[in-house]
Amino acid sequence: MNPNKTPQQYWKRNLRLLYILFSIWFIASYGCGIIFAEELNNFRLGGYKLGFWFAQQGSIYIFILIIFVYAALMNKLDKEFEVDE
Amino acid sequence: MDILAWTYLLVGFTFALYIGIAIWSRAGSTKEFYVAGGGVSPLANGLATAADWMSAASFISMAGLISFMGYDGSVFLMGWTGGYVLLALLLAPYMRKFGKFTVPAFIGDRYYSNTARTVAVIAALFVSFTYVAGQMRGVGIVFSRYLEPVLSSFELFGLDNTGKGVVIGMVVVFFYAVLGGMKGITYTQVAQYCVLIFAYMVPTIFISMMLVGTPIPQIGLGSSVEGGGYLLDKLDGVLTDLGFAAYTSGQKSMTDMIFITAALMIGTAGLPHVIVRFFTVPKVRDARKSAGYALLFIAILYTTAPAIAAFGMYNFLDSVHGKKVAELPTWVQTWQKTGLIEINDINNDGVVQYTNDAATNEMIIDKDIMVLASPEIAELPNWVVGLIAAGGMAAALSTAAGLLLVISTSVSHDLLKKQIMPNISDKNELRAARLSAVVAVVIAGYFGINPPDYVAAVVALAFGLAAASFFPAILMGIFSKRMNKEGAIAGMIAGLAITIFYILKFKFNLFGGGDASTWWFGISPEGFGTVGAIVNFVVAIIVMSFTKAPPADVQDLIEDIRIPRGAGEAMDH
Repeated sequence: MNPNKTPQQYWKRNLRLLYILFSIWFIASYGCGIIFAEELNNFRLGGYKLGFWFAQQGSIYIFILIIFVYAALMNKLDKEFEVDE
Repeated sequence: MDILAWTYLLVGFTFALYIGIAIWSRAGSTKEFYVAGGGVSPLANGLATAADWMSAASFISMAGLISFMGYDGSVFLMGWTGGYVLLALLLAPYMRKFGKFTVPAFIGDRYYSNTARTVAVIAALFVSFTYVAGQMRGVGIVFSRYLEPVLSSFELFGLDNTGKGVVIGMVVVFFYAVLGGMKGITYTQVAQYCVLIFAYMVPTIFISMMLVGTPIPQIGLGSSVEGGGYLLDKLDGVLTDLGFAAYTSGQKSMTDMIFITAALMIGTAGLPHVIVRFFTVPKVRDARKSAGYALLFIAILYTTAPAIAAFGMYNFLDSVHGKKVAELPTWVQTWQKTGLIEINDINNDGVVQYTNDAATNEMIIDKDIMVLASPEIAELPNWVVGLIAAGGMAAALSTAAGLLLVISTSVSHDLLKKQIMPNISDKNELRAARLSAVVAVVIAGYFGINPPDYVAAVVALAFGLAAASFFPAILMGIFSKRMNKEGAIAGMIAGLAITIFYILKFKFNLFGGGDASTWWFGISPEGFGTVGAIVNFVVAIIVMSFTKAPPADVQDLIEDIRIPRGAGEAMDH
């Protein structure tokens, strides 16, 4: 087996992807939607105050994107490490 | 045709459709009964998961809740969608690779312990029963509201109309859950998603066109109303004038917002009836994609709900508040008859006043009205009203069926096959699964007819328990090779115990009771599942470090779960 393509390496890469995606997940919902919502409310997106938009719309759109990006990148990673189905 | 005839027709048609699908997709083996044979496409599973997930409460009550909570209602929107990110990235692909039938099966095998399995079965039964009682009640309520004349026309064991509605719902669920198992449920849920989303969107699109002139509610919520000014700004202005908080700013503390959102997210990811849906797809990559589809279909409703909420509140303030009692729109008069809208002209000036003071407020609105009355507010034809009834029932029935399946498989597979009668034949196990589904339907129906008077508190309980038990145990089972049975069992029991204690104390007034001023760290019972989950993690890790590592074969199992290749079909070895 290629020493750079061990299951341990695969797992490490997976975890790294998870750290990145969950940071985005946290910032979109808890960050923009709750913790900094009041500050963001000084900005606007059409008739929406920005913090309010993140809490009731934006975070949800970002969640969907996160899952599809995860699925695509993991499929690629599976192929790279030859662990795809 | 009048409203009743349309309701009768549409509800009858959808019920016939569900039963037809059930007969077509009868389960012939336990594998078909438990995981639909493992051959469901990711798209179909996404649709089914969305219907499975969205309950009567999501469909009928959530928008109205947000109407009155404004920004604070965001906890439901973020909590009940963000949980899917946890599910998709941390649990679903690995659970699929594991490839068994149930959540307790994973816990039992991963923690090489029937004690762990039994704790998981008890938690699964508890979570599912508390949840399903509310769904059956929901079916009964929708029936009694829309088909009142039909229900009043016959006698059934001396039941009231809601009770009769529950019985009809039981018969329908019985048909497709008991006959078809997961296979029947999956394809009926696909149909139910289509019914419920169509029913939800049609009136909202028309209201959005009427109010802000755009057919897309998600854009409409951020648009300006006729006569100038953004809808949300006007709403803020009117509400603050009347002594309420601004719609777009919150009342809850930041800590509580964070804990409630987290509890709903973790609880969502830990609900067994949602997790098992990911056993039904053929491959690991299908499980990943399917979770994305599921959230996409859920998000259509969840991003529309805040628009219904704001439109509804705006309509009330615009067309009821400050208007003459004698000249209210007809839909207000129609819904006054049901008691969901109450108008009392307290000061006898002939004008309705909406205020933040019970002594002077003259307009009391039930939260469910925002969705239920939406077709009439938009002046839509009668068939749309019938559609809302069919949609509400689709939402309640699909969730009830998913929960009943978890209950029946926990009993027939995790208790009977795995512990009490290991030699039971596939045919007899299938019989046992059907029988336990029947028993579960009857018990759920009983609670639907005689609801405990704490139905509202029950949702907090179900999510709190799922968050405090399943999510941490499964997560550590996948991401830690060192986590052992002692740690997992101690963690689940500690998490469950403290969550049950807290909710009983602050929701049911036991153990001395208490109110918002005595909440620990200012965390409401709804948000306490987060603490339960943290306690589970901490206790599990402490106990683990004093006890020995899992055996080699379990460590191999974890290695295997982490790699997609070789998923094969969901099977029972």
